[in-house]
Amino acid sequence: MAFKGRDVISIRDFSKSEILQIISLAKELEKKPSPELMKGKIMASLFFEPSTRTRLSFSSAMERLGGKVLGFETKEFTSVSKGETLWDTIKMVSQYADVIVMRHSIEGAARLASEASSIPIINAGDGANQHPTQTILDMYTIEKELGKLEGLKIGFVGDLKYGRTVHSLCMAMSHFKPKMYFIAPEALKMPKPYLDDLSEKGIEYVEEADLMKFCGELDIMYMTRIQKERFPDPVEYNKLKGVYRIDKSITQKMKKGARILHPLPRIDEISIDVDDTENAAYFRQAANGVPVRQAILALVTGALK
Amino acid sequence: MKKEIIIPAIENGTVIDHIPSKVTFRVMRLLDPKEYTNTINVALNLESKKMGKKGLIKISGRMLTQDMVNKVALLAPSATVSIIKDYSVSKKVVVKVPEMIINLVKCTNPNCITNMEEVNTKFLTIKEIPLKLRCVYCEREISREDIQLK
Repeated sequence: MAFKGRDVISIRDFSKSEILQIISLAKELEKKPSPELMKGKIMASLFFEPSTRTRLSFSSAMERLGGKVLGFETKEFTSVSKGETLWDTIKMVSQYADVIVMRHSIEGAARLASEASSIPIINAGDGANQHPTQTILDMYTIEKELGKLEGLKIGFVGDLKYGRTVHSLCMAMSHFKPKMYFIAPEALKMPKPYLDDLSEKGIEYVEEADLMKFCGELDIMYMTRIQKERFPDPVEYNKLKGVYRIDKSITQKMKKGARILHPLPRIDEISIDVDDTENAAYFRQAANGVPVRQAILALVTGALK
Repeated sequence: MKKEIIIPAIENGTVIDHIPSKVTFRVMRLLDPKEYTNTINVALNLESKKMGKKGLIKISGRMLTQDMVNKVALLAPSATVSIIKDYSVSKKVVVKVPEMIINLVKCTNPNCITNMEEVNTKFLTIKEIPLKLRCVYCEREISREDIQLK
């Protein structure tokens, strides 16, 4: 499959075999570091919205492959604050680098950037829409922790309405015959189009508000933060924050070998005493961002085929 | 026949029939009437055996292209479109929703980039019945009831 020159905007754009190819390449890069692979190549890192893990893991991925990084981590000190359009910013930056990694608060910004750019765009999150590299690293983590992707029971917990990582992972895992459990309060339920999509593919799912009801059945519990920044109404946020909290007593009810994932940052939805249980996979998950992003950077720039 | 009395026959042009009455004016808007100089007849609430009430548009001197006909399908999939030459039907055109709808429909997501920057909207038709369109940019899915013309 040809990846060279391709944009990575939405998980929808990738087939099952392409996702598996990225995962397999990430495994190789993790086992065998390649510090010269991206020598002479530049990654532009354009973060119009704050990020810690994604921005740092992309930079780490690029630098560990011998490439260089330029860019900004807040739009305040750029021409965007003077009113420059996204289109013009991308047109300009695409002359300075070999690949652009961007995060933006507006949905669809990455797709528009890919139309303006002459070099590959990697979407590092566009509002509540997509975050495809997070999805692939989530899948990489599941595969590494459980040894397989097929036929798993996956529970998504928390903010399923605004959580882009949930939407993308749900779409991508639907290639692997899972059973899905959507555990959320009424106001943060999984949007209907995603559920319709699962029904069309014949994938079994349940919706539930009570975390305890199914926690003993799950292979993967994908926990999410209730995201303050996505709520138009702060009163609504205050009502819902802290609605789910995983502590040690819940992990004791989980199946042996089950794993808890979280795209991080966490606020209080996973208690610190869970961190040293065998179920806690979220810090390893964050570390997996580096090899997965290395694989994606190497593929789209043509450094690896 | 009664219909022909109410709305005069046209010599050459296009007749769009079987439009649900409530969307007739929206279909008219879609056809961008300010571009036309010839007579256009619009009728609402005509008796119809098939639909109860229906709308009808007759455009003199202008043959709608397949592209334009496809746009009509967005709002009125039940519509029938006939091209008229010398007062008789020379061709019936099949109404079909286009695969890609460019700059016709507004995205309903207020946080979509197409509502923030000067960008043509693009929607992909993912299902015709019931109609489901997906914004190429923000991936929001909309149904026929949500369609707002730009």
